[in-house]
Amino acid sequence: MTHMFFILTVALYGCATAAYLACLVRTSPLLTSWAGRLAVAGFIAHLLSTIHLASRLKYLPLTNMQESLSFFSLAIVGAFIFFERRFKVTTLGSFVVPVALMMLIASSSLHPDVRQLHPVLQTNWFWFHALLAFASYACFTIAAGVAVMYLIQRYFLKTKHFGALFQKLPSLETMDEISYRCLTIGFPLLTVAIISGSIWSEKATGSYWIWDPKQTWSLIIWLIYAALLHGRLTIGWRGKRAAILSILGFIVVLITFLSMKHSITW
Amino acid sequence: MNIIVVGLSHKTATVEIREKVAFSPNQIEKPLSDLINLEGIVEGVIVSTCNRVEIYATTRDIAGGIARIKRFMADYHHLPFETLESHLYSYHAEAAIRHVFRVASSLDSMVVGEPQILGQIKTSYGYAAEFKTSGIILNRFLHKAFSVAKRVRTETKIASSAVSVAFAAVELAKKILGDLSDKTVMLIGAGEMCELAAKHFLNSGAKGVMVTNRTFERAERLAEEFGGEAIRFEALFEHLHRADIVLSSTGAPHCIIGPKDAEEVVKKRRFKPIFFIDIAVPRDIDPKVDNVENAYLFTVDHLQEIVQANLAQRSLEAEKAEEIIDQEIGQFFKWLSTLEVTPTIVALRNRFDEIRRAEIDKTISGWKEMPPDAEKRLEALTMAMMNKLLHAPTSVLKQAGQGGRVDLYIDALRQLFELEALQRDDEELELEE
Repeated sequence: MTHMFFILTVALYGCATAAYLACLVRTSPLLTSWAGRLAVAGFIAHLLSTIHLASRLKYLPLTNMQESLSFFSLAIVGAFIFFERRFKVTTLGSFVVPVALMMLIASSSLHPDVRQLHPVLQTNWFWFHALLAFASYACFTIAAGVAVMYLIQRYFLKTKHFGALFQKLPSLETMDEISYRCLTIGFPLLTVAIISGSIWSEKATGSYWIWDPKQTWSLIIWLIYAALLHGRLTIGWRGKRAAILSILGFIVVLITFLSMKHSITW
Repeated sequence: MNIIVVGLSHKTATVEIREKVAFSPNQIEKPLSDLINLEGIVEGVIVSTCNRVEIYATTRDIAGGIARIKRFMADYHHLPFETLESHLYSYHAEAAIRHVFRVASSLDSMVVGEPQILGQIKTSYGYAAEFKTSGIILNRFLHKAFSVAKRVRTETKIASSAVSVAFAAVELAKKILGDLSDKTVMLIGAGEMCELAAKHFLNSGAKGVMVTNRTFERAERLAEEFGGEAIRFEALFEHLHRADIVLSSTGAPHCIIGPKDAEEVVKKRRFKPIFFIDIAVPRDIDPKVDNVENAYLFTVDHLQEIVQANLAQRSLEAEKAEEIIDQEIGQFFKWLSTLEVTPTIVALRNRFDEIRRAEIDKTISGWKEMPPDAEKRLEALTMAMMNKLLHAPTSVLKQAGQGGRVDLYIDALRQLFELEALQRDDEELELEE
């Protein structure tokens, strides 16, 4: 059953990706609305698949890499649907939905290790921490997607290339606005995630901060986004610099996510 | 009933001819009433813009109607018929419908996709409606034309791309600054292009204008015209950071804004992007300004490039628009051909009924002694006969409405049974609107 939902999700995300990529080269209101519908349908299938898995496992499926990647992907699509509704920027889908699809495919290529749930994970602090962390990561993914779009559009404007993609991409101001919104939502989430994570760490190891690589890198991520937000609020950092920093932040997020396991658990 | 179109446009006549046959909107009542008083013309609308003068009318007699309208155009403007006739085109039936749909959708315009023409036709139609020279067919026809134009506008990108340099500047500004409603324009120097662009920006919702000029009086005058703020030229850099869009076209021999100035301005703006447009030759703004982060500099040549690209794009979109028009013509034509079916059937029935009643009355009054329920029986008998007789023609007519020969049948019926002319059905018209 979970497997069926999963296949359905991959298929729907695949179609949504194709539709969004086609949106880059073709203008058709029909295509745009179908791309949106496919993404929403995919999200619902993904959500059902996750809920089904959770009910079978009796815990939230984000305790190993396979589950986490899938959950990350779910969070990204959720955040995308939220921001797309809010700002009406179709092209965002062309940059973000493929990322979610790739994560999901990567997740499916991993084998689920059948295991007992580690006792340290059986605390509400862990679930709270993990959910918030994924939500903030999803916001940062959107921010990075928008940043890439911003840099492309900026390049077109500076080199005076006014092609089809230039017409499709939204205005610099809109992208700046989306990126800022992502940060103002994502950063507080990350902050609370780190705090709840350290509380969990205290429950599990007796120490709030054990300087394991995951914690250290989380702190680095926090510092990058803090700098970005601070620069924006005080001296008005925006545009290219903000875009590059937000892409950098996302790369660090990805590396942290993919390469480092909690020394506490795995 | 047939729709006919007679007129001339930028494609068939030079401006000298066009201005001679133009109808002034202030005195449109007279030509409109003259028009529908022409023999055989039932309804009429006159469209007169600087690029075209066209008359839309309905008539039973296509050839005669067209000839009389041509003659009318020449006579009304006191032009020799032979000179004018060579510039006139005329259409009827489907071609007329297609022509008007194309004109309203701006496919026949000098600049394809320009939006004014639709408004102009709406105004012209407004006059005709006011003076009651348009009736059920032209009302429906023009409303259809407006909805077709709207469909073309929303379903193709024909009108969305910028085809004037000033408009291209606005589009480009939107790509950088997004919503223009909280953005300020600064005009440096004067010049037609600059003023035109400023007008476009204000029409697109820009918040305000600042104007500066070496002669302050000129700046003041222009500022007043735009409802903006005049700035002394010496104080330019004290105010430049307040502008989001800078339009420059001074006659200065060298650059007045350099990269250093731009950096300063961007910093003062807390790195919000600023959009420079340099219209002057020689340049007012140093090309190196474009290297400053968050400053975007464009020259007229760049804008021209956008215009060219958009023009090419438009002809592609025009093809899509033609497809839409094809679909809509079919629908409208169907309506037009069924339009007269029902009234004709009613008239035919009335005619038969009249005869029937007259004959019953005659029979009854001739009887000395009436058998019981004679009147009832006669009524039933004659009704049954009438219904049987009318059944075949009625159903043939209704089916013909979906084909093409309906006009022929209606004319034949009308002449064979001496049916009276159709009334304008104003009630249906109100329902339409």
